[in-house]
Amino acid sequence: MKTFYGTELPNPLMLGTAQYPSPAILEQAFRESGAGVATVSLRRESGAGQTFWRMIRDLGVLILPNTAGCHTVKEAVTTAQMAREVFDTPWIKLELIGHTDSLQPDVFQLVEAARILTEDGFQVFPYTTDDLIVGERLLEAGCEVLMPWGAPIGSGRGLNNEYALRAMRAEFPDVPLVIDAGIGLPSHAAHAMELGYDAVLLNTAVARAGDPVLMARAMIRAIEAGWLAHQADPIEARDMAEPSTPVIGKAFLS
Amino acid sequence: MKIVLNGEALDVRAETLSELLAEREFSGRVATAVNEEFVPSSLRIAHRLSDGDRVEVVAPMQGG
Repeated sequence: MKTFYGTELPNPLMLGTAQYPSPAILEQAFRESGAGVATVSLRRESGAGQTFWRMIRDLGVLILPNTAGCHTVKEAVTTAQMAREVFDTPWIKLELIGHTDSLQPDVFQLVEAARILTEDGFQVFPYTTDDLIVGERLLEAGCEVLMPWGAPIGSGRGLNNEYALRAMRAEFPDVPLVIDAGIGLPSHAAHAMELGYDAVLLNTAVARAGDPVLMARAMIRAIEAGWLAHQADPIEARDMAEPSTPVIGKAFLS
Repeated sequence: MKIVLNGEALDVRAETLSELLAEREFSGRVATAVNEEFVPSSLRIAHRLSDGDRVEVVAPMQGG
């Protein structure tokens, strides 16, 4: 498994912490899946922040703070600086939202913010599209991980553009690639891993399922299955049948 | 002094950022920004507030 800024993960699942029915269910979802990374955010302190922090800390997982909801470079950079201090980590999931309905990243500002943050010592996990040139620019800006979207955040549509995601995997064979956003089903997550992606980051698919803990278990099993399948070098699909049972030696019975 | 704290207009006695946090009883893990600029915790004692400053105090929260 590839490392993320030198850090090895226990498994290829990064799990969000939002939208669970209760903190207890969130905790169980983490335990059940064994996810080694938790994404978190920063919001205006209203009293709930400290309790949440203690719970996340007690999970004993790596923390990946995000810049969710930021629409400008300035906002994202300031949020990242605050996150580094609060969570005591150089990791930042850089989100720069460009479109309100699709939450599509503004890739131009994303590259600019990635450069500023990298120069300031951050280890940036950019939430990006499946555009190869943007990927290149992010790497030039100092990113060592790319996180293309599968589909819009929270949409549960799976991998919208498999062709582009395959191309991205082929273009950046040595870069840790994470499918971030759009996963709805375990089969989507397995698909991402079968394509050779290094990890999957998801939140809504687990948190909003009728039984989040059961879905967390389903997700990790699918992710591990897809991961093993990729390593096992799957067969190519073909148009015509090919008998799997030997033809030679069949008795003449007609 | 009149400031805006997390979007709320307030009249406060505090003259520095650290005094403001104490006055408003913030504790634990928080980060601060004044007028959209990050102010590290080590600089809060020295950071003097001005009338009309916009102060943000943020804390860990759920996220995806």
